[in-house]
Amino acid sequence: MPSAGGFSGFRWTEANALRAAEIIGRYPPGRQQSAIMPLLWLAQYQMLEQTGSAWLPLPVIEYVADQLQMPRMRALEVATFYTMYNLKPVGRFHVQVCGTTPCMLRGAEDIMAACRAFGLKTGEVTHNGLFTLSEVECLGACVNAPMVQVNDDFYEDLTPETMTAILEAFARGETPRPGPQVGRQFSAPLGGPTTLRELA
Amino acid sequence: MPKLIVDGREVEVPAGATVMQACEMAGREIPRFCYHERLSIAGNCRMCLVEIEKSPKPVASCAMPAADGMVVHTMSEKTRRAREGVMEFLLINHPLDCPICDQGGECDLQDQALAYGRGTSRFEENKRAVAEKYMGPLIKTVMTRCIHCTRCVRFAEEVAGVEEIGALFRGENMQITSYLERAVASEISGNVIDLCPVGALTAKPYAFEARPWELRRTDGIDVMDAVGSNIVVGHRSGAVMRISPRLNDDVNEEWLADRSRFAADGLRERRLDRPWVRVAGRLQPASWAEAFAAIARAVAGVGKDRIAALAGPLAAVEEMVALKDLMTGLGSGRLECRLDGSAVAAPRAHYLFNTTLAGLETADLILLVGTNPRFDAPLVNTRIRKAVRGGRARLFNIGPAADLTVPVTELGDDLGLLADLPAALAGALGAAARPAMLVGSRNATAPVLEAAHAVADRFGLVRDGWNGFNILHDAASRVGALDIGFVHGGHLAGLFADPPAVLFLLGVDDLDLAPLAPAFRIYLGTHGDAGARAADVILPAAAYTEKPGTWVNMEGRVQRALRAVFPPGDAREDWTILRALADVLGIRLPYDTLDELRRRIASEWPHLGRDGLEPAEWAPFQGEGAGPPAGPARRPATSHYLVNPICRASPTMHACVREIEEGAGPALLEAAE
Repeated sequence: MPSAGGFSGFRWTEANALRAAEIIGRYPPGRQQSAIMPLLWLAQYQMLEQTGSAWLPLPVIEYVADQLQMPRMRALEVATFYTMYNLKPVGRFHVQVCGTTPCMLRGAEDIMAACRAFGLKTGEVTHNGLFTLSEVECLGACVNAPMVQVNDDFYEDLTPETMTAILEAFARGETPRPGPQVGRQFSAPLGGPTTLRELA
Repeated sequence: MPKLIVDGREVEVPAGATVMQACEMAGREIPRFCYHERLSIAGNCRMCLVEIEKSPKPVASCAMPAADGMVVHTMSEKTRRAREGVMEFLLINHPLDCPICDQGGECDLQDQALAYGRGTSRFEENKRAVAEKYMGPLIKTVMTRCIHCTRCVRFAEEVAGVEEIGALFRGENMQITSYLERAVASEISGNVIDLCPVGALTAKPYAFEARPWELRRTDGIDVMDAVGSNIVVGHRSGAVMRISPRLNDDVNEEWLADRSRFAADGLRERRLDRPWVRVAGRLQPASWAEAFAAIARAVAGVGKDRIAALAGPLAAVEEMVALKDLMTGLGSGRLECRLDGSAVAAPRAHYLFNTTLAGLETADLILLVGTNPRFDAPLVNTRIRKAVRGGRARLFNIGPAADLTVPVTELGDDLGLLADLPAALAGALGAAARPAMLVGSRNATAPVLEAAHAVADRFGLVRDGWNGFNILHDAASRVGALDIGFVHGGHLAGLFADPPAVLFLLGVDDLDLAPLAPAFRIYLGTHGDAGARAADVILPAAAYTEKPGTWVNMEGRVQRALRAVFPPGDAREDWTILRALADVLGIRLPYDTLDELRRRIASEWPHLGRDGLEPAEWAPFQGEGAGPPAGPARRPATSHYLVNPICRASPTMHACVREIEEGAGPALLEAAE
């Protein structure tokens, strides 16, 4: 069950208030509750900025529901249905390891093990408040399997070693370069192009 | 009108009908869980799958519009296997706890598993378990049994207008719950118990009380408000175990207000089961003969016009006629039933709910005057919701601002507005094709009525094929009492101005009788409530489930109830008490049986001899010069859960006040739970 987690007093920042008004404006008057999903998403980002944890305490869900003049129950249904809304506090870096078949065949379990060895636990925030580990279903980057998503970025073509290096970089306060970690460009073939080698 | 073939039979259905409705017209039963005629279509239980030719897969018939030329098979092998498959999935997470489930014996899942399921289970894995949810003092939840049909969610949103029930999480983790597990704050929440096709939502006060096959069922009429809801009284060994609604589309559809359903446990508490007589200031147990003798002594030598009788809110027509005949025999015409101080009076059409309950759904403007239908008559509010939710009707309110679960234009709590209409309301009334005005009987004083009559005349509320003038009564007995003329010219105020020496009280508990204190008070009633406490003689009578009776609802619909159980102890049916008392007083009432009494009633008031609704003859209003109304509207004196002695004796109704109105949390569970 969602909880307040001791949090209260949520208000949009000035920038986000404008953004929220713009989102609500996309829908015809009287249909403003269609904006519930983008607004919850926006609120979750604001929580990350303000508290270092991208999650939706109950008062935030109620704030958004009240703004959209919709029953709070309906907003809570949306917030609990979608896995991208976090109903418990998460670390500053939410490490989401894809465990679906292609990634699993390419070593997702080793990636998971590397995360665990670094001290991450599924669904829990590490002591320094930096990391939360989740196993998620397919994120659509199978060609670069195995991969993880950290907040908004994909880190692909991982090995346990590169995974550990990424986590170490985050822990040092750096932001590692997102994308494939094996030097290829996006999902181009490993070891360079095999066709269209020359520009026409 | 599409024509289609169901199991080889051609049926023609109205445009917009579903395949399920077509199958039913062809006489085929389609199993279903989520589909319900009075709720929106969800299509999520999949139990109603049927085979339609040229469709590659079985189709959910509840959500599929019937189309011309469809060929439907409801008995085919493919349909049978589809149903078995769905049933097998439904049963995967359903516990096999029918022996300890209150729904057992009247469970859709049980019945349909027997009729359409496989005989055996192939499921060997663990079942999921879901924690119980608190939904208030009326609804007991066992959520492991839930099959997620979402009927309760749709009922709360669409009919009750209280969006507090919802489905959280998803997939296997989906759970039906009230918001933050608070008590569902609806006055008709008990209906989700009937709607639930399994044992997930059951009646909390009725938990483990009785099995459906042990109950005897007797048709009755509800008296908690003036709607006259049709009920079935379920009783066992002479005790009322539960009350459920009976289908009547013109009155209560298939719903029932919470207090009508759950106040029944008040029938077992604080009952008067023997006569009492006040001796030297203290009430002493007495025999019937002693009680009658005490009355005879009090009446002897008292002037005719010093005797008066009041009829309370729950009385049936029979006993009111008997009391009226007794009073006539005593030579007194001082009768009064309008205990709320209203001035409504004949002709009949001037005190009825003329639009009719079903007709109210078609109104395009509804003006409330000094009434909160949500609490005065919850099932009138469901009709108002239907009128407004269709986007047709606009709702205006003169009186205390109220949450009626639909958008309402609050004009202010000043009855003077009725004589001096705000421009917005006047404009809307002028433009409306089917305007309806609902005047709360509590506030229907002479000035208010006169102003209401003026509004009705000015805007033509009564026009060809439409009568928009309505009095919204809150007492079940009131219209019947007015029909038999249980009134006198002086109204209630006249009675107080010239206090009687002897006062007959037919179940009168909610009126402050302190100004009449010197009068000798004879209380005929069922419960040890305010009326009995102040009485000089108490005559124990029968409650509404304990006598065959006639009640006339606010529309003027004559309805009869049967006796379900006998009154407790020495208590007797009200009219027989009055008949016996009349003998002691030397008056001969010309009827010895209920049939004779009913013939006597029908001979003077023929419409009371016929069941059902007869439209009242309309008569133009007469001006009386009562002056303009002013001031705020009168509010009900008590919580709507405690409107009469039966409710006040009911532990469940007190739990409702505590947990729903005052917001106290759940009562502590007993150790065994």
